[in-house]
Amino acid sequence: MKVTVKLFASLSRGRFAVGVFEGEATLTVRDILASLKIPEEEASIIFINGRHEDADAALGDGDTLAVFPPVGGG
Amino acid sequence: MKSLREFLVAHAQNGVISFSVQAKAVREFRLPFPVVEETILKTNLLPSRYLRNQETLSQADQFSLFRSRVAVIGCGGLGGYIVEALARVGIGHITVIDPDVFDDHNLNRQLLSETGTLGLSKAEAAVGRVRRINPAVTVAPVKRVFTRENGGMLLKHARAAVDALDSIGLRLDLADVCMEMGIPLVHGSIGGWYGQVTTQFPGEDTLRKIYSGRSHDKGIEDRLGNLSFMACLVAGFQAAEVVKIILDQGKTLRGRMLSINLLDVEIVDVAL
Repeated sequence: MKVTVKLFASLSRGRFAVGVFEGEATLTVRDILASLKIPEEEASIIFINGRHEDADAALGDGDTLAVFPPVGGG
Repeated sequence: MKSLREFLVAHAQNGVISFSVQAKAVREFRLPFPVVEETILKTNLLPSRYLRNQETLSQADQFSLFRSRVAVIGCGGLGGYIVEALARVGIGHITVIDPDVFDDHNLNRQLLSETGTLGLSKAEAAVGRVRRINPAVTVAPVKRVFTRENGGMLLKHARAAVDALDSIGLRLDLADVCMEMGIPLVHGSIGGWYGQVTTQFPGEDTLRKIYSGRSHDKGIEDRLGNLSFMACLVAGFQAAEVVKIILDQGKTLRGRMLSINLLDVEIVDVAL
């Protein structure tokens, strides 16, 4: 199946802003983060098709995953 | 002897009171600047310093801002610019909360830091800065850490709170206190070329959504640092949110977060 992955802010550096991820039928957000070498600590906000989710969430064919890093400075 | 009101009306030009007339009224009537300012606005006159706020802000808007209290939590990179913007636009009462003193590494971005203020209180620096630019604004400095325990007292009577902290744990504590007290919270944070802004209204748990499952107190800024223009930019968004909340004008970032990437010049509006 195919999933569109959008990486925001610092997460896109050295990776990509928008990419297509192909994998097995039982992918979770955690699997994709691991394959992109994004530590879970750096995936602060996770959306699937615009819905708020966490790293345990499963992805379906055609889904769009968006990931934002934690930004906390002032 | 003339009353203050008569003095002001006699010295107004086209409904405008110059700063020198306001200062003269302060001296002659032995009144504090904020009292003279209130009389000017109540008399339907306008201090000349707000001329360029018009017509975007009306005389009535100016009075609403003057009567409002805003709490700014954190007087560092974001907080310095936020206090500056709020004082210049004419917010009448600002509570500034920061336990820290200035260090060399603040000089890259913090408006209130100067080589001459190193080692001095950030909250006190905010008081001095506002006094020099708009003495009609009353600033209450708090040189303590904001906590869940003292939060209720520190945010009392605040029309809005502004999150300019640098700790995710404290940001969440602030959000919880604001939720309990029914105070709108304008959140902003920065790291490297990136920043984010949102506004949490009473009954919403926006900050919990943004930082859900966090075990670290710092975000990407721990590695990427903080840049001057990111602080200035995000603070500008935050100050605008405060003004819109007080005046009930336009649209706020309620239920939405702006994610800003200035390296690639991308601003994304995310529904939360």
